Amino acid sequence: MSTTLDSVQRIVAVLIKELIQMRRDRTTFAMMLGVPIMQLVLFGFAINLDPKHLPAAIYTEDNSPMVRRLVSAFEHSGYYDFVSVASSPQQGNALLERGEVSFFVYIPAGFTAQLVQGKRPQILVSADATDPAAASNAIGRLDGIIDNALRTELKGPLAHLQATPSPVEVVVHAKYNPEAITQYNIVPGLLGVILTMTSVMITAMAMTREQERGNLENLLAMPVRPVEVMVGKITPYILVGIVQAVVILSAAHFLFSVPFFGSLALLAFGILLFVITNLSLGFTFSTVAKNQMQAMQMTFFFFLPSILLSGFMFPFRGMPHWAQTIGECLPLTHFLRVVRGIMLKGNGLEQLHGEFSVLGIFILVFGTMAMLRYKNTLD
Amino acid sequence: MKPQPEHNELAIDVTGLVKRFGDKTVVNGVDIHMPEGRVWGFLGPNGSGKTTTIRMICGLLEPSAGEGTCLGYNIRREANQIKLATGYMTQRFSFWEDLSLRENLEFVARLYNLRPRRTVVDETLEKLGLQHRQHQLCGELSGGWKQRLALAAVTMHKPRLLLLDEPTAGVDPQARREFWDEIHLLTQQGLTVLVSTHYMDEAERCDEIVYLAHGELITQGTVDAVVRESRLITFQARGKGVRQLAPTLKGKPGLEHIAYFGSALHVSGKHRELMLQSLNPSFQDGIQWEEISPSLEDVFISLMVDAGVDKRAYE
Repeated sequence: MSTTLDSVQRIVAVLIKELIQMRRDRTTFAMMLGVPIMQLVLFGFAINLDPKHLPAAIYTEDNSPMVRRLVSAFEHSGYYDFVSVASSPQQGNALLERGEVSFFVYIPAGFTAQLVQGKRPQILVSADATDPAAASNAIGRLDGIIDNALRTELKGPLAHLQATPSPVEVVVHAKYNPEAITQYNIVPGLLGVILTMTSVMITAMAMTREQERGNLENLLAMPVRPVEVMVGKITPYILVGIVQAVVILSAAHFLFSVPFFGSLALLAFGILLFVITNLSLGFTFSTVAKNQMQAMQMTFFFFLPSILLSGFMFPFRGMPHWAQTIGECLPLTHFLRVVRGIMLKGNGLEQLHGEFSVLGIFILVFGTMAMLRYKNTLD
Repeated sequence: MKPQPEHNELAIDVTGLVKRFGDKTVVNGVDIHMPEGRVWGFLGPNGSGKTTTIRMICGLLEPSAGEGTCLGYNIRREANQIKLATGYMTQRFSFWEDLSLRENLEFVARLYNLRPRRTVVDETLEKLGLQHRQHQLCGELSGGWKQRLALAAVTMHKPRLLLLDEPTAGVDPQARREFWDEIHLLTQQGLTVLVSTHYMDEAERCDEIVYLAHGELITQGTVDAVVRESRLITFQARGKGVRQLAPTLKGKPGLEHIAYFGSALHVSGKHRELMLQSLNPSFQDGIQWEEISPSLEDVFISLMVDAGVDKRAYE
């Protein structure tokens, strides 16, 4: 019996030691509490698989009470928020192309007149279908929204028009991904996700490893400046990022047949900006983390919201405002717009200069932070 | 007037060096004026501020207070020049264990822009006698070889000053001896060396020693001078029953410290009369007493006792 007791004693000894170490290791402790809370909040509140309040633009050449009734029915459905009134069909499509709106609703001239005559006039709804999940529910509700609206309007002498088929013909134009193939959206997105994970983690680890192994003191004692260390350390990983990009883009083309409408050179430039953004962020992490374990944890803490709030997994427009605001602060969000825009929509610099500028600002901010944090002394 | 490096005869000339980390004072007003071409030993118990002082001298830490020059360069403003002209060997092996010997040396040679690089590295490897293992990873080397590699790497750029922080800790006596032969060889070529150590035999190989305790400079000078100035009197006891003697002597007036040296017992103090009185009962058969000149270790133990509890602030 005493051997069992001895064994329990030894287990208790290890257990107490573990508890003490757990308490000392603040970041692990923070992670054990922080990750579940973060996941609860993000999955519970931010993520919405039935995205509503999607931004839409409208252009109508008919301004009858009937049309106004229809427009308000769109808004009342909860799926469409008309954020802008286009001045022409071209402008409406341009808004869609830039990603400022997810839908463009076009009601042509003579709509009411044709409706009253029972001629089944058309309503044109163009949807940004790059992310099939974001657009599908709103599109699915279209007939219901229109029928409901008209039912209250078509009374008395017009009641006969309520008969099936619907008195209005809804023409849906699912742009950029008409067949709603999920891979077209996911595979370009994966390029961003993989680059985020590997570049941030690799740099954060590579720097803290030096510190952990005592190499840093040696490096600091030799005549090399912080900016020289940073550039020297980051450049090899830029090459790694480029190789990864080539692999994923080849797979996108040959394996998944993802279309590529835009300029490859522009995408290459975007990838370069994005990789540098992530590497400087990783470098900043490494100046904060005390060891490789912490660097790893910080990367994870950054990676989780990047995946969930960037629009990679779940429709960006479907998230509440606060979550979209956080999403705007993540480099991945902007890169996803760049890569999907170029590949699926054929966007050029004209549509994407905003996203490119944001990536440039990230590089500036993270780079400065890294340089300020990385000191020339051991202080 | 800033002293010009070539006319300055002091390799290290610092005054009132203070280093605080938060509200903890680690080094508290250290002055060192060390001439060029000498080997100085840096001694003191663990945590006495030796490493911190060395780091301040070579520009790795910014002093909280105090001024000075290293090789004529201001330690606050000219850290880059200091780094070019000094070699600093860290307490813990800090070269890259996942690089081969050759790769480590080539990295250092590139950073210092040594040319022709290949030849410089070849010569260094040859001097080390490690050409046949040049492609081995550093992590696979034994402690002694790691130290020799580190010494070779920090002297490759022909520094004028070498700062060695406990270079021989954990190294076997044979390797230590060879290490020191190498140091003396380097000083013959005009190099100045400041080396911190815990080994008394190493301290005795130094031209002068500097003793630090609790972040303050307690004494400095040649070994003989330090021993003389301590005004310590040491009696040595040998023979049967010496082991039982120590407990009976502890705490008696005048006997400041009692320590075993091999099979002998050393009893040290500063007042001969008082000591003799206290020792009198133990002048018995089988134990031979003899007054000896105190060893450096006796002096250091005495200095440590005198320095007493750590006076640095830990509010």
